[in-house]
Amino acid sequence: MSDSIIAGLSGLAAGVVYLFTLGLPNVVMLLVGGTLLYLGAKKDVEPLLLIPIGMGCVLVNIPLSELGGEGGLLKIFYEMGVANEVFPLLIFVAIGAMTDFGPLMENPRILLFGAAGQFGIFLTLMLALALGFPALEAVSIAIIGACDGPTAIYVTSQYAPHLLGPVSVAAYSYMALVPIIMPPIMRALTTERERTIKMVTVKRSVSQTTKILFPLVVTLVGGLIAPKGLPLLGTIMLGNFMRESGVVARLTKASENEIANVVTLFLGLAIGGTMEGHAFLKPTTLAIFGMGFLAISLDVVAGVLFGKLVCKLTGGKVNPLIGAAGISAYPMAARVVQAEGLRYNKKNHLLMHAAGANTGGQIGSVVAAAMMLSVLKGMGLI
Amino acid sequence: MDKWTFGLTLTIVAGGGTFVTLWVLGLIIDLLKRIYPLAPTKPGHE
Repeated sequence: MSDSIIAGLSGLAAGVVYLFTLGLPNVVMLLVGGTLLYLGAKKDVEPLLLIPIGMGCVLVNIPLSELGGEGGLLKIFYEMGVANEVFPLLIFVAIGAMTDFGPLMENPRILLFGAAGQFGIFLTLMLALALGFPALEAVSIAIIGACDGPTAIYVTSQYAPHLLGPVSVAAYSYMALVPIIMPPIMRALTTERERTIKMVTVKRSVSQTTKILFPLVVTLVGGLIAPKGLPLLGTIMLGNFMRESGVVARLTKASENEIANVVTLFLGLAIGGTMEGHAFLKPTTLAIFGMGFLAISLDVVAGVLFGKLVCKLTGGKVNPLIGAAGISAYPMAARVVQAEGLRYNKKNHLLMHAAGANTGGQIGSVVAAAMMLSVLKGMGLI
Repeated sequence: MDKWTFGLTLTIVAGGGTFVTLWVLGLIIDLLKRIYPLAPTKPGHE
């Protein structure tokens, strides 16, 4: 009888014993999970993602719970929609349904800002390779520079699934830090005169037919050039087609709300579930966070420098600040540009131009990822 | 293939491809706007 009681008690104490003997990485990750929950709940930093990710991280690091193991709840979420990439693609449908590409279509040349804003991806790729990361891991790390959470998850879950936790957390954390990362770079690279340039007010010039055809054109052109990225392009453009056609309001609303909410919850928990201490706490994780920061900073640098070039070429008609909005963090990057423009000229409203560049950045990030996947396929690496 | 060849190929082809694709998309949108211009607002209508 006493043996049986002792055996039973050992079952209750096993978790605590593990935590104090082999569980130092779990303790650290419990603190990390707590920090993510704090940032989300108290500081309003991407709460929709950081709260499920933080909770998933806490759950998976409570010893012997086996939530992240075969048959565990978090593993089930992972298998359900991350391993097969369904969750990020459903998020893309929602993004497409929420995004108004109108400001971009008013001045389509602004799409090029969306291309310049992806340059950090490629510089970071070279850096990751220089640091010794294998090719596909380097691609997954560099894609943080797309400044686009679902794209980063899509690429990483496919080609470096063991890096999914750090890459996703880095991507979403830095996206939330865009208002802190962007302004110093924008100020350092532009003169005060450039920052005060007023741009001509955008006139409404896009018909509804053009808005409806736009997602189809992007899908066809992008899909033909970079077929490996068609799931990314196709889903975001499906959401946008539903929005602009106006005939499936129920589906559009469901994509924006119910589907996006449920998927975000499952996706966040699944990502948090990959953050088990022994697997997560490695020097590579720190390197990924460092390179992710660099990738997004370089995106902003490239965007502003491209803005300066366009400013010169147009005889000073374009405010180079809008180049910084060419990253994909929508609509935050556009708002930062607007605030920065107003800071130097109280009557300078850059929001519509910046929103155009920002939605260009959304397309740019997806196209860049699609290009990378198709080039990798062409090179026989995937 | 060594890592630098890999990195530079991806940078040139994928980075360049992104620029070209977005430029082409911009041209197509411009074309669509010409083919389907915004109908002028009738007086008295918003």
